[in-house]
Amino acid sequence: MSTISLRSVSVVLGGQRVVEEVALELEAGEWVCLIGPNGAGKSTLLRAIAGLVPFEGGILLGGEPLPGLSRREVARRLAFVPQSPLLPPDFAVSEYVLLGRTPYIGPFGSESRHDVAAARRALDRLELGAFADRRLHTLSGGEQHRVVLARALAQEAPLLLLDEPTTALDIGRQQQALELVAELRAQGPLTVLSAMHELTLALQYADRLALLSGGRLVAVGAPAEIATESLLAEHYAADVQVIENGDGPVAVVPRRRT
Amino acid sequence: MTPAARLPIACAALFFVSAALIGLLVGPVDLGIAAILRTSLSHIPLLHVHSRLSDSDRAILWQLRAPRVVLGALVGGMLALAGASYQGVFRNPLADPYLLGIAAGAGLGATLAIVYGRETVHAYDLIPLAAFAGGALGVVAAYALGRSASGARSTASLILAGVTVASFLTAIQTFVQQQHSQSLQEVYSWILGHLDTAGWHEVALVAPYIAVSAIVILLHRRVLDVLSVGDEEAASLGVNVGRTRLLVVVFATVGTAAAVAVSGLIGFVGIIVPHAIRLLLGPSYRLILPLSLLGGAGFLILADVIARSVMSPAELPIGVVTAFFGAPFFAVVLRTSRSFS
Repeated sequence: MSTISLRSVSVVLGGQRVVEEVALELEAGEWVCLIGPNGAGKSTLLRAIAGLVPFEGGILLGGEPLPGLSRREVARRLAFVPQSPLLPPDFAVSEYVLLGRTPYIGPFGSESRHDVAAARRALDRLELGAFADRRLHTLSGGEQHRVVLARALAQEAPLLLLDEPTTALDIGRQQQALELVAELRAQGPLTVLSAMHELTLALQYADRLALLSGGRLVAVGAPAEIATESLLAEHYAADVQVIENGDGPVAVVPRRRT
Repeated sequence: MTPAARLPIACAALFFVSAALIGLLVGPVDLGIAAILRTSLSHIPLLHVHSRLSDSDRAILWQLRAPRVVLGALVGGMLALAGASYQGVFRNPLADPYLLGIAAGAGLGATLAIVYGRETVHAYDLIPLAAFAGGALGVVAAYALGRSASGARSTASLILAGVTVASFLTAIQTFVQQQHSQSLQEVYSWILGHLDTAGWHEVALVAPYIAVSAIVILLHRRVLDVLSVGDEEAASLGVNVGRTRLLVVVFATVGTAAAVAVSGLIGFVGIIVPHAIRLLLGPSYRLILPLSLLGGAGFLILADVIARSVMSPAELPIGVVTAFFGAPFFAVVLRTSRSFS
């Protein structure tokens, strides 16, 4: 069964059609990367799926249409990690990760023992047990990234939406961030939809790439089908070389023009 | 309540009870702490404790000091709680209970009542009523203006709308005040804040509003923690951000307007008490909200003790006391705390 169905989804923001009739199905356990130039509508599409911006068309989460689901039901089905999460500085890591249990706690309730255990599991899965009492602002960038993922995992949602998970990280941290997601997928059923700029990383980690351009979905398929010099040249206005080894494409590198 | 929260809450409760006892004890007539405790216990049925105070002493205690202590507790607790909740829903450490035009609106209402309401039959209750209505209207105007400017999403536009409405209402208030200079003294003393007219009547007037507001705000303590990760992320965690903000603002406003209606514009409590707690105990509203209620109540009772005793029998405006002692205290907390963000 597909965990996300997008049926002719359009989003209008400030009078502009930012996303235009996008149709896409994600199978359970799949990792799909949204790629496309700046302003293609990647982040907006993710925010529409998370129920954060109004849309036209149909979005189904686990077979249920999105407008019919309450906010809490959506939050139990998907965890959304924005590009630059707001980390309240003095919060302890464990307090922050516990906020991920919000969809299971009544509006005026507080955490049950079960919620505390779920947050603990999320911390352990990301090897953050030793950091539980540290304050968020004392962590390094890479540690903060893991803490945000732990909060998303504490939601125990089958679907993870990542908006630009590698932006502003150095190449080592980019690799760590994506390896982490790959490990989490290996440990349990997790469907991932991420918006990414780094094409080399996208084609290495994703099962499928979905190329957005001008708000439209122009191509979907295995990395070898999408990461082609002609498609990238057309939609990114870029002169690139796709480097392949025996198994398929492994890198996208720009070609200097002058 | 988590075990970690029990100690701070117990300490704050102890501070509040001590402040209340000091409030009952201090005054021109020395009643003695033992007698005060005895007469307090005599009101509890089945204990069979008898008060040894004379009738006049008992009147001083129950008709003069006790209502003043209770009103100080209600007003101080409410202002601190409202300040903390405004800081939470607006994620703005400089927010205070007067942020959205309550002060200016209540000031205008009270000024109009003082200037034009002297001859009416119920002049006694007219000032609190006018102040309450003015404060509430100020916030409604600011909220409507802020929303029309940018929808419910931006808190910055709401704050700017509050500044706009406050400036406009203050202009009108100042004009009315200057036109009726014979009332200047009365208007001025109302604006500076006071508990000197406190009686059980005032307590009964505002206690229901403050009690309901406090309960509703305290119920939101965990949700305010969730809001600290930002509107969009809080929404992605299943919180209805717009509705939460509106509910908390409405009840903080009702409670603050009630407090202001009987005590005037007592400054500083709503910003200093929550901040001191945040600096000492961290950013979680699960501690900040209940401790602001207790801490604000105790703080204002003590400020009132100082206001009525340093120049006795004359009284200082309590707003002068809260600022004079609050500011240096805040400076000390600021310097000794780990971090401030």
